[in-house]
Amino acid sequence: MWTFILRRLLYNVPVYLGILALLMGALRVNDPISGKLGKNPDPSDYLALEQRYGLDQPFAVQYVKLLGDVVTLDFTDVESWTNDGLFVGEMLAESIVPSLAITVPALCLTSVLAISIAIISAFFRGRPVDKTLMVLAVVGMSVSFLVYVIFGQYWFAYLLGRGSGLSYFAIGGYESGLANWPYYCLLPVLISTFVAMGYDTRFYRAVMVEESGRDYITTAKAKGATKTKIMFVHMLKNAMIPIITRIMTTLPFLVMGSLLLEVYFNIPGMGRVLYKAIQEQDFPVVQTFVAIFAALFILSNILTDVLYALVDPRVRLS
Amino acid sequence: MNSSHLTTRAAREGSAPGSGKPVLEVEHLSTCFKTDQGVVTAIDDVSFELYAGETLGIVGESGSGKTVTSKSIMRLLSEHLSFQKEGSVVRFEGKNLVTATEDEMRNVRGARIAMIFQEPMTSLNPVFTIGWQLDEALKYHTKLNRAERKQRAIEMLELVEMPNAKRRFDEYPHQLSGGMRQRVMIAMALCCEPDILIADEPTTALDVTIQAQILRLMDELKSKLNTAIMLITHDLGVVAQTCDRVLVMYAGRVVESAPIAQLFDAPRHPYTKALLSSIPKSGRREHGKRLPTIEGLVPSLFHLPPGCRFAARCAYRDAHCDAVEPELTDAGPRREVRCHYPLEAPEAN
Repeated sequence: MWTFILRRLLYNVPVYLGILALLMGALRVNDPISGKLGKNPDPSDYLALEQRYGLDQPFAVQYVKLLGDVVTLDFTDVESWTNDGLFVGEMLAESIVPSLAITVPALCLTSVLAISIAIISAFFRGRPVDKTLMVLAVVGMSVSFLVYVIFGQYWFAYLLGRGSGLSYFAIGGYESGLANWPYYCLLPVLISTFVAMGYDTRFYRAVMVEESGRDYITTAKAKGATKTKIMFVHMLKNAMIPIITRIMTTLPFLVMGSLLLEVYFNIPGMGRVLYKAIQEQDFPVVQTFVAIFAALFILSNILTDVLYALVDPRVRLS
Repeated sequence: MNSSHLTTRAAREGSAPGSGKPVLEVEHLSTCFKTDQGVVTAIDDVSFELYAGETLGIVGESGSGKTVTSKSIMRLLSEHLSFQKEGSVVRFEGKNLVTATEDEMRNVRGARIAMIFQEPMTSLNPVFTIGWQLDEALKYHTKLNRAERKQRAIEMLELVEMPNAKRRFDEYPHQLSGGMRQRVMIAMALCCEPDILIADEPTTALDVTIQAQILRLMDELKSKLNTAIMLITHDLGVVAQTCDRVLVMYAGRVVESAPIAQLFDAPRHPYTKALLSSIPKSGRREHGKRLPTIEGLVPSLFHLPPGCRFAARCAYRDAHCDAVEPELTDAGPRREVRCHYPLEAPEAN
């Protein structure tokens, strides 16, 4: 198993090196400093900035520096261009918790609910229960994300409890601490869950329906297994492979946060920080965040492979 | 229940194959499917008996209803998409399985009536070990504890001549060949000593040498455990090797049933005769001559002719055949045929 993990890691090293080179190249197609200084900058200002941010160094040197930063996870010497005196390391540390406070509960809630509903739906395939659930899923996924945000904010944050002068949910904003979590985070979590449910339920249902037609399911039935055993043991373990893939691909997005939600609910998570950085052309923030995002993506891919091997004995050998 | 039970039941119920009371009686079994184009009757008024210790072959082309018959007996078809017509009876131990509750069925499946399938490659669950899957059946139907179950599972693997049974116990299906997997399936089916084993094309997916091994194994186990076998196949060669009696099906109907020797020597239904003459025979091959085939196709179950279902392909048909469907009628001892003009019985037998 350990050699398997090690091999997966080694395979992905060149991939990541390539991504970093592409990322740095792409961000330098338009000169970032000219972008910051606007038209016709003073050449001396230009040189000063270039030197200050290390952009006068050869590409290779910058590349090694960024790679070193990512490997050591140390961004304390990378200066933000638009927030004076702030360093990317601090911005990262401050924004990661709000992001996780929303995305982790949302993912857990979505997965549990979607898999449960999918199993129920697959169990009653073709019957009214299944048809109703699937119509709801399609409606749910067809309505724009923004509609949920607006209605959520209006009904739950603004109208709910207004008569009694109470406020159950915040329209926006964020305070750290567990006690503040329901007030600030519950509504975004519920909205995010609701949005994802439609897609996920349909996907998981398709997976379960496909599993239910397998020959070994008939074998299990012919053996005298109960329906619950068939559903939760025989089918679910096989269905874990696509389910794991689906959940794993969303892992990097967990850390990066839900960009839209953070923007609309004014939550200072990584998504919003990146969004603002892009708008304000905060070059080092964009570069660092994207580099981290790519690393997370690759790590979650490796984790997916490892989980496959745990679930599916056929993967272990090859 | 322990391993000594293996021999005791055979001794207790020991009897010549095909004698005594039938273990399974199928009467007027009709199974319909609900499809987008309406309800279709896949098997129509199928009746037969199965006796302890005998092997009953069910033969027919694809779509003739062989598998539907076996799955209807086990109630493995989707209850949502299929149903049995009023009056369908599958009598097993005095109970009608067609109307039995799901709980009652669960106690029958695997324990009293077991089944093996056509595709050994896909019939075992890929993510569980062989041992786990054998253990599962024992867990449901016996009161053995964990260690006893493991011992019994290994015994069963040895019984089906699995080399290195102990090691195989912890292996996964993908580590075994097709023939080995079918042995596991047989071990799994027989581990609770069922009264009936339904084998749905058990050797179709295997190559010929493995096929012979599996058939011999099933035959040996049948006599060892006194299990009745329902062998579903389209391969008359397999039937000739293993069966005591044969049921020929065509387009959802039983068209002929007869003891094996009589069927091969003197088929009475034109369809059976046509089937037999389309078997390639080694030794007396006539060079340059094409193997006879049955012209035409099985009629669609949606557009069944009003008369005999085989009429369109029959060499002996006349207007009467096209107008009226023949009944299944007695044609000698333990023989039935569904034809207006059954072929001549042999002179002396």
